[in-house]
Amino acid sequence: MSALHSTQPFRIGIAQAVLDDLRARLQRTRRARVFRNAGWDAGSDPDYLDELLRYWRDAYDWRAQEAELNRLQHYFARLDDGNLHYVHETGRNANSTPLLLLHGWPDSFLRYRKVIPLLTDMDDEDQPTFDVVVPSLPGFAFTGRLPPAAEIPHIARSARLLHRLMTDVLGYPQFMVAGGDGGSAIAQSMAIQFPDSVIAVHLTDIGWHANADQEALSDIERKFIEAARRRFMEDGAYAAVQASQPRALAAALNDSPGGLASWIVDRFHSWADSPRHLEASFSKDEMLTNITIYWVTQTIQSSIYGYLAETRRPSLTPDDFVERPVGLAFFPKDAMGLPPRRLAERTLNVVHWTEMSSGGHFGAWERPREFAVDLRNFHIALGGLGFTAAHHERERPSL
Amino acid sequence: MNANVRRFEIRVDDSVLGDLGMRLADTRLPPDEGQAGWDAGSSPDYLRELLGHWQTKFDWRAEEENLNRFGHYMTEVDGADIHFIHERGRGPRPLPLILTHGFPDSFTRFLKVIPLLTDPAAHGGDPEDAFDVVVPSLPWCAFSREHRHSGGMFKVNHTWHELMTRILGYRRYAAHGGDWGSTITEQIARSHSASVVGIHLTDVPFWHALKPPGNLDPDEQAYLEQIGHFQQREGAYALIQGSKPQTLSDALNDSPIGLAAWLTEKFQRWSDCDGDIGNCFTMDEMLTNTMVYWVTSSIGGSFAPYYDVMNAGPPRWIAEGVKQALGSDQVPAGFALFPRDLSQPPRAWAQRFFNVQRWSEFPRGGHFAAMEQPDALVADIRAFFRPLRSAVRSTQDQLP
Repeated sequence: MSALHSTQPFRIGIAQAVLDDLRARLQRTRRARVFRNAGWDAGSDPDYLDELLRYWRDAYDWRAQEAELNRLQHYFARLDDGNLHYVHETGRNANSTPLLLLHGWPDSFLRYRKVIPLLTDMDDEDQPTFDVVVPSLPGFAFTGRLPPAAEIPHIARSARLLHRLMTDVLGYPQFMVAGGDGGSAIAQSMAIQFPDSVIAVHLTDIGWHANADQEALSDIERKFIEAARRRFMEDGAYAAVQASQPRALAAALNDSPGGLASWIVDRFHSWADSPRHLEASFSKDEMLTNITIYWVTQTIQSSIYGYLAETRRPSLTPDDFVERPVGLAFFPKDAMGLPPRRLAERTLNVVHWTEMSSGGHFGAWERPREFAVDLRNFHIALGGLGFTAAHHERERPSL
Repeated sequence: MNANVRRFEIRVDDSVLGDLGMRLADTRLPPDEGQAGWDAGSSPDYLRELLGHWQTKFDWRAEEENLNRFGHYMTEVDGADIHFIHERGRGPRPLPLILTHGFPDSFTRFLKVIPLLTDPAAHGGDPEDAFDVVVPSLPWCAFSREHRHSGGMFKVNHTWHELMTRILGYRRYAAHGGDWGSTITEQIARSHSASVVGIHLTDVPFWHALKPPGNLDPDEQAYLEQIGHFQQREGAYALIQGSKPQTLSDALNDSPIGLAAWLTEKFQRWSDCDGDIGNCFTMDEMLTNTMVYWVTSSIGGSFAPYYDVMNAGPPRWIAEGVKQALGSDQVPAGFALFPRDLSQPPRAWAQRFFNVQRWSEFPRGGHFAAMEQPDALVADIRAFFRPLRSAVRSTQDQLP
């Protein structure tokens, strides 16, 4: 481990005053229905939100969730003047492959909570295992804003910081990266900026930037892009606001837990495997733990600021190409749907392609077993292709 | 006056103000991010200052008293409670005039122009130019209340016509509006042309740009491009208000500072303030408008027209198209255009849809002309309706 970088173990422990304040706010939540009987047609279903907020106030037990989360190994890495939070769980096998798992918005490191044990300790002893690193992305959760304050969360910068985490801090010269949503873009940016460190990339979407108009598009590709844009007009207003007026929105979301919950649950509903059976995919406890993390860390503004930053100064363009081998695992109900392979191949060196039979935007969360199996299969396929990790000294962060 | 009309006084319950005070004291402003200023939405410095002003200087009871100097009324039209200000003109023959507001303003948009319109003589004008002024709150806004299904946007013009004729007893009247107010004012003219002496607008209702004709001249082309740029650059508010009004309302109706941030951001962007909102609006003005939304919980309802327009299916648009074809485009129309409004339509564009009798372009002012440039706007309204008054006189003289 580099002497320049220090890590320290971390346990989540939210001050009681913050929780008391949250409960008081939930107690006085002011909601008004825009329409009668709109269901989910005009945004979050008022009946469902009533139920969820009542549960948050009366039944949800943050301390129990916190204790559960603290069963994972959490750390802070000192990077420049900021602290980057990450979960680090080492694999059972001595030759486990280091794997960085990158979440997106509006989820958090919780996206990978269920897959961590599946990746560190496979049921079958012959199967590969992974040293798993799950950070809270810059701008998110316990990482929060990283100084300097003037530097806004940005995919290319996040990629650089996370590369330092894996190499300088954790001592992995080479590693795999997996991601979805914003995590997909960061994973791609890491592979482009640090091709010597990134063995391979596993993604659940190809990234919005790939959907650009290009001269040479085939009809199938063009149709996919047009459909994605139509869907965006119907369901993408959240991103349009976050990309242009994030502060106007965040002032309310950072002050109203009910509003924050509505904003986030609306996305989980849209992107779940089956919106009608939201809780078949995400229990109230799971969704509320994710929302509570945004609330107690006051990171809703910094988490959405990246939309603005990327709109003004994109980290990735359709001209960028990921040379490192890429595995893709598509869950059919993801926001963009299944892209044509030709479109994916325009920006990615695709060597592995899986179409799941069910699941949505948060595939690793909704279908952890399928996700873990696909990562393992990708790893095996990479071995067959001759891509392996350079030898690394396993080292636990000093305590 | 009609028996269904009752006097109304704004008097917010102490408990609402107490709750508000507690929320303001507990406000959690987001930790700073990126550059300051209005570049990414609301300015954090302005919000902090506004919050301080709200807590220590803003006096709602004084503002309330101020608002109550106008004659407020409530009535019921088609099952909706409609709040409106009604002020009689001082002059030999005041012309009835209905003023329709939009988003993110409220009836407060017109507070400065009401006295100028009702009593010109007291403000250096001619008493012949006096108006009877009616300023309703849109059915989903402020003290109006409609428990509604979607689609209500397309009915407001009938509600206003009912208010002016059946309830207030005017046979013919004039109408003025901006933002949603201009769309509704146009609909009144098309559907009730026999009763409308003229309409005066501060913009060409946006929906004409949704289906542009093929033979555009270069100025019109440039105008439509300008609208396209606006939508791309800052149309997100309309997209979210139209597609997820409930989700956004859940946050804004629960956080007073969040509500103020969302509303004032529009005033800053759309006014002729050179970037400093204080050049156009006092904090008291901004907070009074915000309070009108807050104490009535009407932010979500105010998104309804966006939702209605975005979700109107083909049958609705066919019906509106037929109405446009059958309805009158002969009602005289006057336009007063201000340089910092959202778009700058050329006269040729307006002439496609309106019988344009007056076209005025002003050197200063923005989207909220009635608040920013009340004298200039009122002068234009007076001048536009002056030649149209004789028509009203002859018909009203026939009244028993």
